Amino acid sequence: MKNAETLTPLLQVRGLTKHFPLKNSLLGKRDVVRAVDQIDFDVMAGETLGVVGESGCGKSTTARLLMQLINPTAGEVVFDSALVGGRDLPLKEFRRQVQMVFQDSYASLNPRLTVEDAIAFGPQVHGVSKLTSLARAYDLLERVGLAPGRFAARYTHELSGGQRQRVNIARALALQPRLIILDEAVSALDKSVEAQVLNLLLDLKDAFNLTYVFISHDLNVVRFISDRVMVMYLGQVVEIGAADALFDNPAHPYTRALLSSIPAMDPEHRTEKAAISGDPPNPINPPSGCRFHTRCPKVQPVCSQRVPALGVFHSAHPVACLMYEPGSGYDHSASGQVAA
Amino acid sequence: MSAAYVCIDNLNVTFTGGARPVKAVNGVDLRVNRGEVVALIGESGSGKSVTLRSVLRLHNERRTTTTGSIQVGEHNVLKLSPGALSDFRGKTAAMIFQEPLLALDPVYSVGAQIVESIRRHENVGTADARKRALDLFERVRIPSPERRLDAYPHEMSGGMRQRAMIALALACRPQLLLADEPTTALDATVQIQVLLLLRELQRELGLSVIFVTHDIGAAVEVADRVAVMYAGRIVEEGPVATLLRAPRHPYTMALLRSRAHGAMEKIDGKRPRLQTIAGTPPDLSLPQTGCAFAPRCVLADGACLQIQPDATAVGPGHSARCLRLAQTA
Repeated sequence: MKNAETLTPLLQVRGLTKHFPLKNSLLGKRDVVRAVDQIDFDVMAGETLGVVGESGCGKSTTARLLMQLINPTAGEVVFDSALVGGRDLPLKEFRRQVQMVFQDSYASLNPRLTVEDAIAFGPQVHGVSKLTSLARAYDLLERVGLAPGRFAARYTHELSGGQRQRVNIARALALQPRLIILDEAVSALDKSVEAQVLNLLLDLKDAFNLTYVFISHDLNVVRFISDRVMVMYLGQVVEIGAADALFDNPAHPYTRALLSSIPAMDPEHRTEKAAISGDPPNPINPPSGCRFHTRCPKVQPVCSQRVPALGVFHSAHPVACLMYEPGSGYDHSASGQVAA
Repeated sequence: MSAAYVCIDNLNVTFTGGARPVKAVNGVDLRVNRGEVVALIGESGSGKSVTLRSVLRLHNERRTTTTGSIQVGEHNVLKLSPGALSDFRGKTAAMIFQEPLLALDPVYSVGAQIVESIRRHENVGTADARKRALDLFERVRIPSPERRLDAYPHEMSGGMRQRAMIALALACRPQLLLADEPTTALDATVQIQVLLLLRELQRELGLSVIFVTHDIGAAVEVADRVAVMYAGRIVEEGPVATLLRAPRHPYTMALLRSRAHGAMEKIDGKRPRLQTIAGTPPDLSLPQTGCAFAPRCVLADGACLQIQPDATAVGPGHSARCLRLAQTA
């Protein structure tokens, strides 16, 4: 694997924020769901960035923001040094270079198009002739392991979940993109089919020089496929690092809790105690200070007052936790003590 | 060993509602002892949930043909009269589902649903039943239980709803708990909490549990024995440690190998590929001959396509349905 620092960033995300307004509450005050709050990260050319976190942490909202499927409340996305939606990179041109694969393979395909038409549709929108785009569709079907003679003229309801997800991947590749965002793309598949699709994704990445943003709640799968991993909690990034470093030496207390929740697969040494209790809080009124402080085993009074910053302590492995922030007021001699 | 508490013998379930009958379960034999946890694992369409639901006769009887026998304690489930079946459900055997929001009634508070369940089966007053509901909420560790009894299902978080459903299932002190993917819809940090809770309650109450899941990891956390299903049959069954370390059926072996797990060594700086099972499971509406896994099996030969293998003992409490067991040791 190439070292992440020697690579150039393909995608740069700065201060990206999405607040979904709720219906007016009492006193005319407008509540918002802080789905994604001020996140910064880079995706290097040629890498796979895994994104993990629990439901409501903002990982899917982040994917939709990256694709410009929803408008951000604030912040910007820079692709290959050009501002997305700016003069140098209009949305249509950006969308040719960045494609997305969704979790629900059925809902994301048009039921009235045959497989070949579904794959050829995108290129035709971008001005490729019908003949060329269909020829490319056949070629891509072959690439994703579906014999074109058998599958090209079928409709999507005639396919199994794994086959449909292969069609979705072929469709994403049809525009010859540089970046593919995979939002829980293998989560709905059975384990034996999931392994087939993961292998396919690795093969295609090598063959087409792709960059992936791979979003999943399955930590084993993320570790397997990712070069770097980003951990999110309640709309914020809490830790980013090389996959092996992050999984072997997680720094943020939330990452530690998340990783220790993976079932042990050892009947003689079963998990005896859950690392944290309760469910993630509601992102409508997230906790003050560090958003994890309500569930954190290392919490101190300062954690509810001060917002930890990401990225000061170690450039290759930034962590948003006051424990690692010099001068934050976190008392290491008292660590482990529960705040009153 | 004493006689098993749950005895399922030659269970066949065929759904006749569609254009072609679908043989979802094809001869399942399963024993569960008192106080034992058996996990049924398999992929979608393998018949694990259909088997589980048959124990409470939850399938629409007009569109389902069920043959064989299911014995739970002194109850012959498939022969119970409608009234006796209602007494059986909840009192002797209770079920928890994957999606509590669909399983709980949205227009009654959770407390009211537990009280109703208790009073349906036992001759107790509302106040006593409510006190028992409160005890149950404390037992499944729902924070501020008194207040939560009056909450409606939509007012609870996912993990809390699942705890509430476990409380409801345990309301009438059943001896058999049927769990249908109870942690699949939960987040990782919540899933492990619910698994630990189930394990603790099972031990304290001495419950027999049939736990259906597609997640081998979750099964390992709670189960004593594991039965692997494929195309409506149990293809391998054994103690959890044996099955994990020394699986004998080619399907179980392939399934365990195909998992992405932990750190995987890179070869020449390249990411390794996972070992996969080629092909897809069979269509259960088509007639089957031979071993259903044979078309995908690396060891299969002509005989495998012709002969349906019987369950063969390969070790203490460990059996597998395969003609090529000599090659899998």
